[in-house]
Amino acid sequence: MNFKEKDIISIKDFSKKEINYILDFAEKMVPYAKGEKYKKVLNGKVLSTLFFEPSTRTRLSFESAMNRLAGKVIGFSDPTGTSQKKGESLADTIRMADSYSDAIVIRHPQEGAARLAAEFAEVPVLNAGDGAGRHPTQCLLDLFTIKTEKKKIGSNNIVLLGDLKYGRTVHSLAYALALYGANLTFVSPASLKMPKEVINECKDLGVEPVQTSSLEKVIKDADVLYVTRIQKERFPDAEEYNRVIDSYLIDNELLQNAKENLIIMHPLPRVTEIDPEVDKTSHALYFKQAFNGVPVRMALLSLVMGGSL
Amino acid sequence: MKKELKVPLIKDGTVIDHITPGNAVKVLHILGITKTSSSTVSVVMNVKSKLGKKDIVKIENRELDPTEVNKIALIAPKATINIIRDYELAEKYKVKLPDEILGIVRCSNPTCVSNSKEPVKSRFKVISRDPPRILCYYCEREPEDISERII
Repeated sequence: MNFKEKDIISIKDFSKKEINYILDFAEKMVPYAKGEKYKKVLNGKVLSTLFFEPSTRTRLSFESAMNRLAGKVIGFSDPTGTSQKKGESLADTIRMADSYSDAIVIRHPQEGAARLAAEFAEVPVLNAGDGAGRHPTQCLLDLFTIKTEKKKIGSNNIVLLGDLKYGRTVHSLAYALALYGANLTFVSPASLKMPKEVINECKDLGVEPVQTSSLEKVIKDADVLYVTRIQKERFPDAEEYNRVIDSYLIDNELLQNAKENLIIMHPLPRVTEIDPEVDKTSHALYFKQAFNGVPVRMALLSLVMGGSL
Repeated sequence: MKKELKVPLIKDGTVIDHITPGNAVKVLHILGITKTSSSTVSVVMNVKSKLGKKDIVKIENRELDPTEVNKIALIAPKATINIIRDYELAEKYKVKLPDEILGIVRCSNPTCVSNSKEPVKSRFKVISRDPPRILCYYCEREPEDISERII
């Protein structure tokens, strides 16, 4: 399977076979991501990281991934110091990064920005989140985490909880999980329900998701609980945000009814939705999940820039 | 046809028939047939027919190319194109939406990159022909009210 020069824009651009190939390659990257092994896989290569929106995990894990593979990173994490502020188009900024590097990672507030970047760049473009749109590398690391912990992705009972309307990770993830035939339950406040088109996509893939606003009812059967933050920055007004902010709290009391091997995932950052007391339980997988961003992004960078282990 | 049409027959040109009622002007707009066009253009709206009401457009001395006309299927999926030569019907075909729509519809998502000042045309993938359904190439959203979003 050849991924050289391929753009990573949307999880929908990939078949299940291709996703499996990436996840298998990521598995091989784990000892390199931990620093237990070292190989100059991308020696002499330069990666541009263009972050037009704030990010901690995505940017750091991409940079860590590139450094672990012996490549170099250029870029910015705050566009105020760039020509964008002088009115330069995204297309022109991309043309520049294209001539300075061997691959481009982009996070941008507008939906479709990464697809546009891929049109103007010769080098491969990796989407690190475009507005409320897609975030394929997060989706891949989520799949990787479930696969590593549960040995398989399909046939698990997977609950997606929280902001299912604005949360960019859950839309791609619901689609990808349906591709694997997982049993899906969507739990959210009524005003933050999963969009109809995502539910229709799941149905087209043969999965009929259950929708509810009660977490208590579904927690006992869950194998995976995927929690998302209610994102203040995606709300059109503060009043609606205040109405739903404290809708769900994951704490040890709630988890008394859960399966022993339930895993709790969260794309982070969390605010109030998971009580810190849960961090010490065997259910808490979110920090390991965040680490998994490194081997998955190492695999992707290596594949699109033609590196081999 | 003589009985049905309330405008004179044309000698040479194109007749676009069975346009969804109310959409004739938008069809002309999509085809780029504006005031500057040298052709005589007749528009008839809300004509009664066996299949209910319809709009009709006649363009004299100009034969429209199928690839050019097919994009009107976005707002008039049942339209037929009649090419007239010397008062005779020379060719007749139904419009068929192409696989991709470029620069005709504005994306309904205000934060889609195609609605910013970037040097790109709007671009949609056709996911259903009748009724017409399209998906933005950039943000993957589906506009519901296509006829309201014609640029």
